[in-house]
Amino acid sequence: MLADRDRIFTNLYGYQSWQLDAARMRGDWDDTRALLARGPDAIIQDIKDSGLRGRGGAGFPTGMKWSFMPKESRDGRPSFLVINADESEPGSCKDREIIRHDPHKLIEGALVAGFAMRARAAYIYIRGEYIREAQVLAAAVAEAYAAGLLGKNACGSGYDYDVFVHRGAGAYICGEETAMLESLEGKKGQPRLKPPFPAGAGLYGCPTTVNNVESIAVAPTILRRGAAWFASFGRDNNKGTKLFQISGHVEKPCVVEEAMSIPFSELIEKHCGGIRGGRDNLLCVIPGGSSVPLVPAADIWDAPMDFDGLKAVGSGLGTAAVIVMDKSTDVVEAIARLSHFYMHESCGQCTPCREGTGWMYRVMERLRLGDAEVQEIDMLQQLTKQVEGHTICALGDAAAWPIQGLIRHFRPELERRIAQNVREAAE
Amino acid sequence: MPTVTVDGVEIEVPQGATVLQACELAGKEIPRFCYHERLSIAGNCRMCLVEVSPGPPKPQASCALPAADKQVIRTDSEMVKKAREGVMEFLLINHPLDCPICDQGGECDLQDQAMAYGRGATRYHEAKRAVTEKTMGPLIKTVMTRCIHCTRCVRFSEEIAGVDEIGALYRGENMQITTYLERAAKHEMSANVIDLCPVGALTSRPYAFEARPWELKKTLGIDVSDACGANIRIDARGREVLRVLPRVNDDVNEEWLSDKARYQVDGLTRRRLDRPFIRRDGRLVPASWEEAFAAIAAIAPGASVAAVAGDLVDCETMFAAKALVHALGSRLLEGRQTGLAYDCANLAAVNFNSGFAGIETADAILIVGSHIRREAPLLNVRIRKAVKRGAKVFVIGPEWETTYPAQFLGADVGLLGDLPLPVGDALRAAKRPALILGGAALGKGALAPALALCAQFNLVRSLEDGTAWNGFNVLHMAASRMGGLMLGYAQPGGIGDIVAAKPRLLLALGADEVDFTKFAGSTVVYLGHHGDKGAHAADIVLPGAAYTEKTGTFVNTEGRVQFAERAVYPPGDAREDWTVLRAIADALKVGVGFDSYDDLRAAMIAAVPALGREGLADYGALPSGGGAGPHNGERVIAGYPIDDFYLTNPIARASPTMQRCSAELLHGQDFAEAAE
Repeated sequence: MLADRDRIFTNLYGYQSWQLDAARMRGDWDDTRALLARGPDAIIQDIKDSGLRGRGGAGFPTGMKWSFMPKESRDGRPSFLVINADESEPGSCKDREIIRHDPHKLIEGALVAGFAMRARAAYIYIRGEYIREAQVLAAAVAEAYAAGLLGKNACGSGYDYDVFVHRGAGAYICGEETAMLESLEGKKGQPRLKPPFPAGAGLYGCPTTVNNVESIAVAPTILRRGAAWFASFGRDNNKGTKLFQISGHVEKPCVVEEAMSIPFSELIEKHCGGIRGGRDNLLCVIPGGSSVPLVPAADIWDAPMDFDGLKAVGSGLGTAAVIVMDKSTDVVEAIARLSHFYMHESCGQCTPCREGTGWMYRVMERLRLGDAEVQEIDMLQQLTKQVEGHTICALGDAAAWPIQGLIRHFRPELERRIAQNVREAAE
Repeated sequence: MPTVTVDGVEIEVPQGATVLQACELAGKEIPRFCYHERLSIAGNCRMCLVEVSPGPPKPQASCALPAADKQVIRTDSEMVKKAREGVMEFLLINHPLDCPICDQGGECDLQDQAMAYGRGATRYHEAKRAVTEKTMGPLIKTVMTRCIHCTRCVRFSEEIAGVDEIGALYRGENMQITTYLERAAKHEMSANVIDLCPVGALTSRPYAFEARPWELKKTLGIDVSDACGANIRIDARGREVLRVLPRVNDDVNEEWLSDKARYQVDGLTRRRLDRPFIRRDGRLVPASWEEAFAAIAAIAPGASVAAVAGDLVDCETMFAAKALVHALGSRLLEGRQTGLAYDCANLAAVNFNSGFAGIETADAILIVGSHIRREAPLLNVRIRKAVKRGAKVFVIGPEWETTYPAQFLGADVGLLGDLPLPVGDALRAAKRPALILGGAALGKGALAPALALCAQFNLVRSLEDGTAWNGFNVLHMAASRMGGLMLGYAQPGGIGDIVAAKPRLLLALGADEVDFTKFAGSTVVYLGHHGDKGAHAADIVLPGAAYTEKTGTFVNTEGRVQFAERAVYPPGDAREDWTVLRAIADALKVGVGFDSYDDLRAAMIAAVPALGREGLADYGALPSGGGAGPHNGERVIAGYPIDDFYLTNPIARASPTMQRCSAELLHGQDFAEAAE
């Protein structure tokens, strides 16, 4: 279990004030000027050495991402940092805790990261439904400006840097990095084609890096305490601490900072008071937010909660939003509900996702009731394969995976329902 | 130049080509819906998926992927076949099965590609989506349930037309293409989205349920609605022209067509002159051809004869009339009906020298007295392209709504002699400066001062790459203008000279814009196809052929000689114009030197060799030194010649579609939709 002294987010539960004074007491903005004085390359190297992988779901090494940004502008275009606070993944609620209780961690991180990638400004794109959080964040940014921590000569470093807070309008797809850029530009939030990648032509055609809130917020602490400290947690290739968000059928659902690679059992037993009704009552777990396939109880129990450990059980870490389902769950209905979510949130730009998500949902609904034929399970599986990998962005994949996970692990349940429905119809 | 392997065949492709283009170069057909050569790449239909290595182990959208050296592309693998089947299945699940009542049937990309790449049967047993119709104005009929969301129409209106008229609303399955607040699409080029639409979502409203494509006879023609000379395909069934579509010609119209050129054709069957008329007791009464020719013979004009050519006539008609007038001993020929009298001694000085393709490359453009959107919508598209490449545009004349950033300098053509400093600097700094002189400026005597600017800003120059650049352009509005000028239809004093000569016989060749009250003493013989202003003023009306009804030569404002073919025959007793003129020669007992169309053409080409060669005519160098004499009179342009874009010629004025466009789009009149 992670020791308290090793926690980065020391006000995760809001026991203290979020405001600048309290944040300073917790160590934020502590001689940020000295951090910046190390120089951009040293900062990026530290982040690389720390082994930090993007906390938004894909797990791309953060330091490497920053290093893709141009070292100098050859054509006068500025660079931008865009911080993805459009936390809309069902199950995810970590960015919200950071923003409402520890916003200065994020804002300081925005400065440090932006400085490292030679950005002119940071845009924080916050989910539209996070109204109070946006108010807190905006107030915190204003505090930072007033204290001279942002703006011209930020923190006395001689670097000019601005942070803008932009509220979304409630679209899940705007959490996709290029759709977020479109939305920031005032257009319909639809993902862009890649290439060009944002590091080459992103926001307003300028080099841009899009990072998750958590990835940015941990950066100053990593720099202060050293890459080696951060890398001392977790297994190789899965370093650091991570905010886990456990919801569902546990005794005490919570958001908790833990070391990566903590076994699922330990996470549940130590922090959540165990599974509701005991370990034997566990049906399955969606370990990384709604987009990843579910894992049945037997496979998940001892799995280490990190990128590779969950990949090994056929799922993924995603945002570490752990959705626990016990045996009272109608798992088919649960997945059908997720299918509805993806149908509702598909942007409609490209064909397989626009048409496929609706079709998949409708078949799922019929499977839920058993109003289907057994062959349709295979057809549904083929459909998910027709969507997966054929779309512009990853929403198509995200819509396909939960269904694939269901068919892989709960096919007998689907067949049972079909058989029952046929029997009922006959009677 | 990257070398790629497509299905085992190694080919070299140009730098910057996409994988899709590489496959096409290798002769492989790549199905596509959203991709279009002239629009930006959207990559959203996912139909063009191919397998590319190196790359991720999933199919790639070939339209959006740059071809790179040593790429191995497969278009025939199992993965590609499956991907195409999958995308096609998705496109079809919510597409209605209404091909039998869909106007796109027979020329539908979705239909064709479903046959070629789709699965045989459906697996979709859920309810299909239905979408309400949208209002897009009198030209575009919508059946949005058929829409496959390729966004070609959205991209066309944003990128080519330059107006944000069409866009997408909502998301996911509920995404809908519509116009802003469901207002009509008002741009002059709006109907091009019908051609772009790969399915039957946007179809032609006037052409709705008229014909199937395989019933139509397709003829290659030239548009006469403006002086651009757009290349068109005339689709006719029986004796009726049902629709006009653009042909691809990158030098002229790319593959666009203005709404007027496309939709004025329903005027071809209305208000037609299908028999001769003779004015008796102040009224035009029907007559036979014999009576008409006898009446003309009775005028016995001697040499007191003049011919005025209208805006839509072909060169052959003008040459035949010229031969007749010359045979009678007169030299009075004029085509500038409204009284323009600019100097035509050197045709290079009244020509669009940069060319339409050339103006795209200009980097500073000064427009003088031209409402380009109305006078030449196709040229407006080109200027927009130039602006997107960085060109600066300045306009002298009353303000109009441009589709690109442009600076209006004022309406006084006197500004030509005294350009504001920033404008002069921009023209001087430009590598390819251009000046476009429109009809309104010609009317204010701006030709000479404009020519003076040629020397001042060195508009004619050779560029660094060795090619020649001529930035001096005159934009005409009549399809017959350049041909007429080449054939000598220009008096030094314009039509005023003809008024002054008081001819006994005035031959009006489809001339409908002339102020005939000035010819009160003349007998007006009108040879034309529509009962419009000219016929109303005429003493003898002879029915002729419209542009779709005769083989003819047209010269556009660039000096581009183009040939049009006959699509249908003239109605009733109407005859091709040259035969009528030949018969008038007999009636007046003079010889014109031709008895057949071939003779006529041969004589015309002998007289003006350039008219026999398709392509740009060579008018030589611009006159040196404009000789900008002091200009007397009004120099401020009060308005542009074209007030109503949709009603500029007799065909358009007779067209119900154009009348409705004018009323609805320009005059804001509401039309109640019939309840369906």
